[in-house]
Amino acid sequence: MAKSKNTHQRSLWDAQITQRALVDSLRKLSPWNMMKNPVMFVVEIGSVITSLLLVRDFRFHGVASRFDLQITLWLWFTVLFANFAEAMAEGRGKAQADALRRAKSETMANRLNEKGVIVQLPSSKLRSGDIVIVSAGEMIPGDGEIIDGVASVDESAITGESAPVIRESGGDRSAVTGGTRVLSDQIKIRITSNPGETFIDKMIALVEGAERQKTPNEIALNILLAGLTIIFLLAVVTLQPIAIYSHSPQTVFVLVSLLVCLIPTTIGGLLSAIGIAGMDRLVQHNVLAMSGRAVEAAGDVNTLLLDKTGTITFGNRQATEFLAAPGVSKDQLADAAQLSSLADETPEGRSIVVLAKETYGLRGRDLATMHAEFVPFSATTRMSGINVDGRTIRKGAAESIAAYLQASGGILADEVRADVEGIARSGGTPLVVAENNRALGVIHLKDIVKGGMRERFAQLRAMGIRTIMITGDNPLTAAAIAREAGVDDFLAEAKPKDKMDLIRREQAEGKLVAMTGDGTNDAPALAQADVGVAMNTGTQAAKEAGNMVDLDSNPTKLIEIVEIGKQLLMTRGALTTFSIANDVAKYFAIIPAMFAATFPVLAALNIMHLRTPQSAILSAVIFNALIIVALIPLALRGVKYRPMNAEVLLRNNLLLYGLGGIVLPFLGIKLIDMAITAMHLI
Amino acid sequence: MTENGWFQIALFFLLIVLIARPLGIYMADVFERRKTFLDPLLAPIERLLYRLTGVEADKEMRWTEYGIAMLLFSLVSMLVLYLIERVQTWLPWNPQHWPNVPAVLALNTAASFTANTNWQSYVPETTMSYLTQMAGLAYHNFTSAAVGMALAIAMVRGISRREQNTLGNFWVDATRAILWVLLPISIVFALALVSQGVVQNLRPYDTARLLESQKVVTQDSAGRSVTQTVATQTIAQGPVASQEAIKMLGTNGGGFFNTNSAHPFENPTPFSNLLEMLAIFAIAAGLTVTMGHMTHSPRHGWAVFAAMGILFFAGVTTAYWAEARGNPLMHGVAQQTSATQAGGNMEGKEVRFGIANSALFATVTTDASCGAVNGMHDSFTPLGGMVPMVNIMLGEIIFGGVGAGLYGMLIFVILSVFIAGLMVGRTPEYLGKKIEAYDVKMAMLYVLVFPLLILGFTAVTVLLPHLGLSSLANAGPHGLSEVLYAFTSAAGNNGSAFAGLNANTNYYNLTLAIVMLCGRFLMIVPMLAVAGNLARKKIAPASAGTFPVTTPLFTILLTGVIVIVGALTFFPALTLGPILEHLLMYAGKTF
Repeated sequence: MAKSKNTHQRSLWDAQITQRALVDSLRKLSPWNMMKNPVMFVVEIGSVITSLLLVRDFRFHGVASRFDLQITLWLWFTVLFANFAEAMAEGRGKAQADALRRAKSETMANRLNEKGVIVQLPSSKLRSGDIVIVSAGEMIPGDGEIIDGVASVDESAITGESAPVIRESGGDRSAVTGGTRVLSDQIKIRITSNPGETFIDKMIALVEGAERQKTPNEIALNILLAGLTIIFLLAVVTLQPIAIYSHSPQTVFVLVSLLVCLIPTTIGGLLSAIGIAGMDRLVQHNVLAMSGRAVEAAGDVNTLLLDKTGTITFGNRQATEFLAAPGVSKDQLADAAQLSSLADETPEGRSIVVLAKETYGLRGRDLATMHAEFVPFSATTRMSGINVDGRTIRKGAAESIAAYLQASGGILADEVRADVEGIARSGGTPLVVAENNRALGVIHLKDIVKGGMRERFAQLRAMGIRTIMITGDNPLTAAAIAREAGVDDFLAEAKPKDKMDLIRREQAEGKLVAMTGDGTNDAPALAQADVGVAMNTGTQAAKEAGNMVDLDSNPTKLIEIVEIGKQLLMTRGALTTFSIANDVAKYFAIIPAMFAATFPVLAALNIMHLRTPQSAILSAVIFNALIIVALIPLALRGVKYRPMNAEVLLRNNLLLYGLGGIVLPFLGIKLIDMAITAMHLI
Repeated sequence: MTENGWFQIALFFLLIVLIARPLGIYMADVFERRKTFLDPLLAPIERLLYRLTGVEADKEMRWTEYGIAMLLFSLVSMLVLYLIERVQTWLPWNPQHWPNVPAVLALNTAASFTANTNWQSYVPETTMSYLTQMAGLAYHNFTSAAVGMALAIAMVRGISRREQNTLGNFWVDATRAILWVLLPISIVFALALVSQGVVQNLRPYDTARLLESQKVVTQDSAGRSVTQTVATQTIAQGPVASQEAIKMLGTNGGGFFNTNSAHPFENPTPFSNLLEMLAIFAIAAGLTVTMGHMTHSPRHGWAVFAAMGILFFAGVTTAYWAEARGNPLMHGVAQQTSATQAGGNMEGKEVRFGIANSALFATVTTDASCGAVNGMHDSFTPLGGMVPMVNIMLGEIIFGGVGAGLYGMLIFVILSVFIAGLMVGRTPEYLGKKIEAYDVKMAMLYVLVFPLLILGFTAVTVLLPHLGLSSLANAGPHGLSEVLYAFTSAAGNNGSAFAGLNANTNYYNLTLAIVMLCGRFLMIVPMLAVAGNLARKKIAPASAGTFPVTTPLFTILLTGVIVIVGALTFFPALTLGPILEHLLMYAGKTF
């Protein structure tokens, strides 16, 4: 699978983004912002409380303990690090948005008013329904649909693809995007979006995270984290009375430290960064999701509907073989076939010429010098061909040729018929070539499955995703290609309604369905599917119906979209597990330290042999803060994902993030304890 | 620890494994209203009951209706028990002429038995008449157990049903639980207990002449020492066997006598002891199989069973090890196992049960929310005594109370699936159902109530010298354990007591009553909400990409989540209680 051409890769710690993120992380300290994240809000409140206590100590005692001061500082760092993670993710998005914004520079539009007179006005004043004229060299002022004309358009501003694309009125190639440039010709466009709602606007809002809505799974996870926070708040608040009963009351600094270490700050601090980064990854693959919900749904997909043509196979059939009739040499057949196809500009026709040249050494001939008469394909004869030098060559489907031969008293030989059936059975398309009332043989046209598809589908199967190939072919042909490509199922002779019914049927079984589409007749199915990826080359209707748009218009990208969705969910799960598992070590650091003064026997629980109670507590707090920074790259990049079945995936991740999450902090806290003891910070 | 001890523990668990499957499948038949071998006998009774009470057996209930029916039923039952206690002296079957039960104690007891807790602030044989025991307490032993089973079945239906709004009919589920499961087994079990020597009569108490009269020194109200000579002993009687059976089977645990299953009339022989322990686990173990069958995933049922089994063995191993090790401060006392000596810490244990069966019983009774005891948990070593406490703190889900254990465990299953399920790269799914914000919210509410009750009330109580601390028999960490255990036991609806705490005061009777009722009903509401919400969902078919809930990996994950969530919540309190006491004991200090 080819990587999309324009992945906006940039290094993780881009200096400009990092600088801006540092400033933003301070700005984000505002309580109104923090309240959106219950876990980190609790940390901020804790930091405020300890800060106030520090101030009080200075005022009334003239001095505050170094321990209290350091604890307070590190509590603030914990909040800042979490803000920094979010700011980094947003910054990466913003960088992308800035690039887009340049494309959005104000342009003048030639609006056609009611009287048919061209009036110039700024593009930002255009409303949906306005009609504008755009000529070569001009920027298209807004999203719209071509209602007249054809033009080549440079869409590199949004797709990164430098080759121009053809846009024309009517059909499935009529949509244009604001900010792209017309390179040739003149088109008349009906604007379809209001200012601020254009595609580029949406894209900018999306990558900046400005309009980021929490996704369903993120909301659920937030509830879990808030619940855990309340439980730990309860455990810490009730600990003080119990400590008083045990004659060893604790300072607020220590209690806040314990609380902050226990509540899931790691995942709480990185959660929104993970979400933003997930969207960002999608944009890097040149896919725009209209909502985070769609990205999550992509991870959940059970069934992929893939169009055969263009997705599983190359868009067109290719000649692979010539089967000569009895008494006809292969060279003769190849020669006739090539002649008949010289003027045939269809991909099939070209492939016949190429096959004849490559296999039989027949060079292409120049039609103009041959005084040949080309007979184009017509719906009535259902054949095409050539009349040259007294030779009448025709090629077409077996039935058409049979009828053509019969009319002039010939018949189609049984051997030829057998070849025709053989090819049809194998999923190919037979074309019979006839010359002067005699069938010369059959050309085997075949759908060519793209390389690597079989492996791709095997991976999907391992992930538990079923692939269904959609094709207009007859069931026989469809079955053969399905077998060759390795898809799980196929829908043959598919009409738009069949596709819709299939989606509904799958959904009724509780499955989530993903599909791609570009035509207007795909729109209902795109809307019905849980993940509907519209091709950017498609119609406006298709783009509006789907919940994602692929700027590269590469239908195979659906598979990558699924992987990005899964990676997003896995990253959340991994860090949640890690965060909770971390608490075990923190307890062993803090609890014995809290009560060691009153009950020296509790040193038995100090299994890390941390130097002093104060260094133990401080080490845990420092670890808790630093781990957020350490995990920012993971949050932004996402955990590694290789397609495999859920059981193996779960086992690997549980070992890494669950068991690792238990063990790692023991080492980390011990190391920090050694470091701060060596530095005499305590 | 002895081979014989381990053998008995292993034998016990093997028998549970053998009982679970047939009983579980039978219960699935009962609750799905399929044919069973008892139908010819019971179906007419069932129909008659519905006709008399006007229950429409085929009417399905939404979760809210189901919950309201359950709450109303429990409330009325609780009031009836309260009334019986308050007027028992004027009612028949009161040969000892016990007076009416004081109001606050009666309330505590009514709450306790309604909540399937059977915490007893009173001494039964000097407080309750036979009628109160039979018609008041034993009635609740049946109904509170049936309510638990009905709720568990409702939860299972929530998981297994597809796009439906209802969870079944509460009245039908509870009725069938009693008629088809609790009553028949109790009858057979009671007879078996009688064969072992458990008494069953309505006679006044016996008086026996002591072979050797005893001098007892007491203090009178003025504080002077008074020496009395005691030559006779009162031997309490009663309809014990019938009540003992359902006390165990319904994981109620409220003893007919004060010393509960340590009393020779309640639990006379090692064999009756084995039967009683089997009865405690039987239904809860069977329900995991029922769940597997009703959700069409028997292996999932066994995976849950296995998680319970692992936690059970962890508990019993610790308790047995701690008790068999004995007390390091008892110098010069033989604590080695020998032909004449059970070995280990025998304080508060019955010689006919010994260390292994006492440790096993303590584990079983606290794993399940039974609360019957055959030895005094207060007299266990600090770590041995911590096992029952931790068992309850984990949420009474290691088999747990009948029904309550399963639905509590299923809430943990949902949380485990949610936490770790994301790691397979899908929105977490449990048996094909997506776990979404509403489910997580309700599950977290369920999980939150429990520590709130335990830690909240413990914290308040240890700050109250007169109301709270004056009831303590011990100081220091052991005193803390006593308070902690009381509220843990009440919140977990266990009902066993860390003796040493005088709970028969207005403060404890009221607070514990609140905790018991909240620990039961406040947790049931969010649980039913989850069930109702799950029932409405679609079921996505399983594939290679779905989160596995039938494998050993799932069992390990579930066990891990339970232990970590429980440990993280209660570790600080436990540190200052039993753990500190243990460390101090080895440093030579006791309380």
